[in-house]
Amino acid sequence: MTRPTTDLCATCPAHARLEQMGIKMDRYDRVVALAGNPNTGKSTLFNALTGLKQHTGNWPGKTVTRAEGGYQFNGVKYKLVDLPGAYSLLSTSQDEEVARDFLLFGQPDCTIVVTDATALERNLNLVLQVLEITDKVVVAVNLIDEARRKGIDVDTRTLSRDLGVPAVPIVARSGEGIITLLATVADVIEGRIATHPRRVEGTPAFQQAIQELTPLIEQLAPGIPNARWLAIRLLEGDARVQRAIRSGELADILARQRTTADRLSGTMAVMGRQ
Amino acid sequence: MTTPDEVLARAEALRNRLPSSFRDEIVQSLYAEAEQIARRAVKTPENRQYDLDQRIDRLVTAPVSGLLIMLLLLTVVIWLTVSGANVISDLLFTLLFGFGDWARALFVAWGVPWWITGFVWDGVYRSLAWVVSVMLPPMAIFFPAFTLLEDLGYLPRVAFNLDWLFKKAGAHGKQSLTMMMGFGCNAAGVIATRVIDSPRERLVAILTNNFVPCNGRFPTLIMLATVFVAAGFGGAAASLIAASAVVAVVLIGVAFTFLMSWVLSKTVLRGEASAFTLELPPYRRPNVLRILYTSLIDRTIFVLWRAMLTAAPAGAVIWLLANISFGDGSLAIAIARWLDGFGRLLGLDGAILLAYIIAIPANEIVVPTMMMIYTNAGMMVEAPGSDSAIRSLLVDQQGWTLLTAINLMLFSLLHNPCGTTIITIFKETRSYKWAAMSVVITLGTAFIVTFLTATLARLAGWP
Repeated sequence: MTRPTTDLCATCPAHARLEQMGIKMDRYDRVVALAGNPNTGKSTLFNALTGLKQHTGNWPGKTVTRAEGGYQFNGVKYKLVDLPGAYSLLSTSQDEEVARDFLLFGQPDCTIVVTDATALERNLNLVLQVLEITDKVVVAVNLIDEARRKGIDVDTRTLSRDLGVPAVPIVARSGEGIITLLATVADVIEGRIATHPRRVEGTPAFQQAIQELTPLIEQLAPGIPNARWLAIRLLEGDARVQRAIRSGELADILARQRTTADRLSGTMAVMGRQ
Repeated sequence: MTTPDEVLARAEALRNRLPSSFRDEIVQSLYAEAEQIARRAVKTPENRQYDLDQRIDRLVTAPVSGLLIMLLLLTVVIWLTVSGANVISDLLFTLLFGFGDWARALFVAWGVPWWITGFVWDGVYRSLAWVVSVMLPPMAIFFPAFTLLEDLGYLPRVAFNLDWLFKKAGAHGKQSLTMMMGFGCNAAGVIATRVIDSPRERLVAILTNNFVPCNGRFPTLIMLATVFVAAGFGGAAASLIAASAVVAVVLIGVAFTFLMSWVLSKTVLRGEASAFTLELPPYRRPNVLRILYTSLIDRTIFVLWRAMLTAAPAGAVIWLLANISFGDGSLAIAIARWLDGFGRLLGLDGAILLAYIIAIPANEIVVPTMMMIYTNAGMMVEAPGSDSAIRSLLVDQQGWTLLTAINLMLFSLLHNPCGTTIITIFKETRSYKWAAMSVVITLGTAFIVTFLTATLARLAGWP
């Protein structure tokens, strides 16, 4: 990993170059997704960045649809998509499917995986799965204050090196570390930070099978961003992915995710008031 | 050009060449890798002391003390709501009705035609004034209290405590989370069922969500409990008795949630409860400003605004019904009279049923609608301006008894979901059948239960 060029000093006042844009998103340059285990503070971070008032609650499962908002950082306009929490990308409940479909087919320019510093090991399972899907990932190690109080020390440098993507300690509630996080996201998107995500390798036979299957999927759905991951799912016999391929749903999902006003946004007006 | 079937066949062939254990190997290597990375990056203190969170949880999630604390918290929240709401409600009544009378007199003095004065001030305005003074105070207290518990991290503990009951009922343990969201708003509760992954258990949760009273129905329950059940007690005792009555109604609702979940799991939605993991997050210091914003602006004002939007046309409809002559009286009287026989069978009356029909778009306006029917249809001489006035007018002029009040509370608890919730159920299930079922199940239960209590009470020679 190279050193970020937009280095920021710690004395920099928070939100110095951050402008919260709420729902004014008619024009944006980049799309950033917020993923992570349930109750790690995704919606809190979303609110801090966009200035919106998405409901937060201290219980897993609070957010069940995706919410969209905007922020501007160093002159670049970002659309931020808050996703429901998920423990893995393999499960079937509707809220987790919203998260999975967006990460797979929404083609965000960067994905911030928000993790809980006090339960990092469990959170890393999802991080590793997201790394299977996309290169453009920044890991936000949230709730660093709570970890400190419990005497837990997270070495984000080691973490970044092992994962192959940047890891930034933050406290979403107070805004600590948020500017650094945004600078890192910008650096990853613009390629100023090169990422080398850690991927589960498996046996040579498994590797070869993936290499054989991936191009076939790319032929089937041209422009699909995560053919490799779908190949793995097919090899594992994931019934849902099989169904998606057989019914041509794959193309549909691709098309649907590309339009911002998809079915889910339609229910947002009601959803804001859970 | 590759076809989907070819890709699937190729995947199948490749899979067969791999050793059968390769799937487990992938998952295992994922976990192993996560563990390894975490071990290198995280330093945990050697002797992690037994922290405060765990000590609180031992108390809050223990079988007996857990249930007692839950009951205590519920009672405290409702008692705060009831006692606080009464004071503010009376104040709002005086203010809003005072203004209405003054403005009406002004219209009369200006010589505005009687039907405009009547339509605006006796119809639309009075209905709005009712809704605001009855609904705003309880919501402004209940919502912050509920949001505080939510922010603190108490909700998953309740789910933990109630899990065994839901399991017995053949339902998903996360249904307690969706049930609790239902206390705020049943439509929100129905949407919250997305956290339940099994379609069967999700349907059970959707169809039974309406058995917990939402904030639109709390004011009805609180008013009836205060005016009828707690009547005759003075001061602090009155609000405690009223709160206990509301808690009892809530517990009946929870009992019906379990009962109906069990019935559904044994009949049309047959199946076993599935296992799940639920994290108990650490207790966190609530953010007071955020709670006030969420509960007052987003929840209270939102629900109140919706109620006002439906109350204004409802007020207009009632005024029209009351002023269109039909037979020897008005249309309202005719309809109320026509429904009266069935209403009496349920321990209610025709005007109450008519109010429920007019209030289908939003349950919260039932009591105001009912009062409007009584006053506008000439069944009641004056518009009551306070709780005590409501009581004397309903008892003296409409022959209400304690049974009427109790059955109205039960009916309000059990009857069909409001329009918004029905639409939400349709959107979530994409099925007319289940949306219709949600109405049939709840309305059927309401009819049966109120009929039984009315019949039993009469057999016992009670009122």
